[in-house]
Amino acid sequence: MDVHSPILRKLFNESHGIFVGLQRLEEELSGRPRKAQLVRVSKNYRSVIRACMEEMHQAATAAKDPASSSQLSSQVSILSAVELIWNLCEILFIEVAPAGPLLLHLLDWVQLHMCEVDNLSADVLGNENPSKHDKFWNLVTVLVLQGRLDEARQMLSKEADANPGSAAMCRVLGDLMKTMPILSPGNTQTLTELELKWQHWHEECERYLQDGTFAPSPHLSLLCQILLGNEAVILEQKELLGTWYHLMVTQLLYSHPTVKPTELHIYAQSSLDLFLGGESSPEPLDNILMAAFEFDIHQVIKECSIALSNWWFVAHLTDLLDHCQLLQSHSLYFGSNMREFILLEYASGLFAHHSLWQLGVDYFDHCPESGRVSLELHIERVPLNTEQKALKVLRVCEQRGMTEQVRSICKILAMNAVRNNRLGSALSWSIRAKDAAFATLVSDRFLRDYCERGCFSDLDLIDNLGPAMMLSDRLTFLGKYREFHRLYGEKRFVAGASLLLSLMTSQIAPRSFWMTLLTDALPLLEQKQVIFSAEQTYELMRCLEDLTEGRPTCSEPDGLGPQADDVETTKVEMLRLALARNLARAIIKEGSLEGS
Amino acid sequence: MKEIYAKFVSQKISKTRWRPVPSGSLQTAETFTTGSWDNEKNYVSLWSIGDFGHVDSDGGMDGDHQLLCESKHHGDVMDLQFLDQERIVAASSTGSVTVFLHHQNNQTLSVSHQWTTAHYHTGPGSPSYSSAPCTGVVCNNPEIVTVGEDGRINLFSADHKESVRTIDNADSSTLHAVTFLRTPEILTVNSIGQLKIWDFRQPGNEPSQILSLTGDRVPLHCVDRHPNQQHIVATGGQDGMLSIWDVRLGTMPVSLLKAHEAEMWEVHFHPSNPDHLFTCSEDGSLWHWDSSTDVPEKSSLFHQGGRNSPLLAHSISNQAAAHPSLLTSWLSADPAKDRMEITSLLPTKTLSVNSLDVLGSCLVCGTDAEAIYVTRQLFS
Repeated sequence: MDVHSPILRKLFNESHGIFVGLQRLEEELSGRPRKAQLVRVSKNYRSVIRACMEEMHQAATAAKDPASSSQLSSQVSILSAVELIWNLCEILFIEVAPAGPLLLHLLDWVQLHMCEVDNLSADVLGNENPSKHDKFWNLVTVLVLQGRLDEARQMLSKEADANPGSAAMCRVLGDLMKTMPILSPGNTQTLTELELKWQHWHEECERYLQDGTFAPSPHLSLLCQILLGNEAVILEQKELLGTWYHLMVTQLLYSHPTVKPTELHIYAQSSLDLFLGGESSPEPLDNILMAAFEFDIHQVIKECSIALSNWWFVAHLTDLLDHCQLLQSHSLYFGSNMREFILLEYASGLFAHHSLWQLGVDYFDHCPESGRVSLELHIERVPLNTEQKALKVLRVCEQRGMTEQVRSICKILAMNAVRNNRLGSALSWSIRAKDAAFATLVSDRFLRDYCERGCFSDLDLIDNLGPAMMLSDRLTFLGKYREFHRLYGEKRFVAGASLLLSLMTSQIAPRSFWMTLLTDALPLLEQKQVIFSAEQTYELMRCLEDLTEGRPTCSEPDGLGPQADDVETTKVEMLRLALARNLARAIIKEGSLEGS
Repeated sequence: MKEIYAKFVSQKISKTRWRPVPSGSLQTAETFTTGSWDNEKNYVSLWSIGDFGHVDSDGGMDGDHQLLCESKHHGDVMDLQFLDQERIVAASSTGSVTVFLHHQNNQTLSVSHQWTTAHYHTGPGSPSYSSAPCTGVVCNNPEIVTVGEDGRINLFSADHKESVRTIDNADSSTLHAVTFLRTPEILTVNSIGQLKIWDFRQPGNEPSQILSLTGDRVPLHCVDRHPNQQHIVATGGQDGMLSIWDVRLGTMPVSLLKAHEAEMWEVHFHPSNPDHLFTCSEDGSLWHWDSSTDVPEKSSLFHQGGRNSPLLAHSISNQAAAHPSLLTSWLSADPAKDRMEITSLLPTKTLSVNSLDVLGSCLVCGTDAEAIYVTRQLFS
């Protein structure tokens, strides 16, 4: 089953919805309500499969070139087989029909899957004289084989109308069909009662046949033999039956209507052998159905896994059966149970698809042992080409507390943003990941830009950092530094001055930046009024000494040559001079008395 | 009981938009467009919902929407808008903006115009050209404004090859959505939680106003303007918070309502019934916010038929409501007083609902579960 077919995608999506709904089913429900719910879920899955089949069938007939038409047709037949198996599993394992209703379910099952009957019926009935149609008796026979006795009787009445000679025989046969005892759904009779009645009816049919009532008409006599469950006669209708399981069900209907589930496999095996007649060997589908009749669930799943290329069917069926508590923890050698193993395989397959990975997330969620680990591995590898997709992936990770993955994805996105010069985006990604290290990197970038250009880029971002400033020291420094510039611009020099000083003394300014800060202090020192107090000036001087005493020993080649050194020394000298002068003024100002 | 029809369409839907009906006509919405994303081949498609003539007494028998036509689209469809009755503008993750033309006579879509390098990180001239996704588009025939992950704002005119105006580096982060305020002004929202108002009459590249929330800089993903009162704007954020802003009243939002549990992707005021607001989110739900006050008794938040979620809608009212006569119910929204009804419209929680649109009594939305939901009885 091709994951990339658009029609199948609907199957994957719809069944994903059913799967998630199933996992959320109430756990407290047990007994009949729960069983009813599980049957409902199973029917939902099947209706999704049928809808998909319908659409594919229409596409196959409408397809223009034979290649795609044949491919679609083969897909339809695969889906049909899948639904056949699922339906049987539903009857045997989920519905767990007891003897009596079991046969009715099996009849429905067969009727549902032999749609040629409807075509044939339409064909014959469309004719003006149905009873003269050459397929007429085929139709009647098939109807009887399928247990659709009411419809068969209608056909017989048409024959009686057209051919008065056989009217009496048709009426007798029709009456026999009408009186056949079957267990109808609302009926409260017990199995023993049914068996008794059925025995009587059987004897009555036998009598009519022995009396030669149907001797004149070979067709009617054949029908009566079928009603009597004559094995040889039924087997002769191989062509009309089409499959061995049809043979089995018909045989059961007319010889053992009260068959018990545990007896099914005996009849199944014999029907299979009879049908194949030693000429051909069983196909995979036959093996799967056989395993189902033997109630060997594990074998069914194993055979299906081998036969089908996609894990879809096996994953959903196994999960449903697991919810029915039918699977013993069939441990595989690496420890996880079968359901989980299959679900993991299926979900990994989904992740390989460019679009269906979102479905895979939910499947991993419901694998208790290895689901989380697998999800962590897969989610990091989803390609992220837009921010919106990245946001969705991040949301998946955050909802499951996968902080490592969040961090790594945000880091990738932030690096991309920095490379594209989107510093605001980079910052917002590092805030989301609470990645202090990256926030520091972004701030360094801002500061470097400032040093190179003399002004800040992206003021809208820095001015409005808000509480995100606390994420990293460097970021806080950036925010506060910008605030200093703002204060300076507003001429609030005293506030600006103390802010500047605190930036240096509180150690949040990087060493490399101290020179710039001190240089920024210069104009403040040169103002007419004294801005820095004596205390503050001492602090500044200490900072300057801290800065310069490291200089002679650090022998890294600057690459700038002796000129840079000159600039540096000039700056330092100017600073020293300004600081000294300010100190002098400050001491005087603080020493003199206030007031006139 | 609202009837909502779902259809699985084999592609994840990123945007859905109703075709506008001619003003003054009594037509109801009939056609909508969708864009897909995350596919190897993405499509812009046009769909039609059934005739109203076939609705029987139960209301809406054949509610299934049918595909009219589709056209391949290069890259994810990031945003979609109808320019007029026949033309659709699509914003792509490859940074291009395409105008599709719908030919009614033979039901096809064709590309009428395309600006391929509308958004980029490094320009087409340089050797390391890298494109940037275009994230939002808004139209006011013939003007088209686009914004993208590159922080750029473009103003195009439908028939001109070059852009009329481009504001480079309008924002240092990603611009997520854009809407018109008064005609020469637009409002953008970005991923550091700021709303910026731009006036195209002014030269220069600075916004004329910046509004933001103090506190955590939560990215804003969607914005919509009140249809009648052009100063009221609703935004949705990454934490699922719905905010209502009055752009005249300073920089704070008027109300903040805690809504979804994950990113809110779209917010829409109902165009003819602006007391109703619709939001959809990554958490898979679509909510209908009803703040109309003309119903006399609304003693509880539960009304029959709707699926209500017990939510904590916490609101902060800005007391600077200086113009009481112009006060709409949104500005004084206080859901604790039981005046606001909030209904969840989707029957089951699905994967993310990426987009929604409302017109008249019809609503359409698209999800990541590859399904489109349509209802024609919003207000029943």
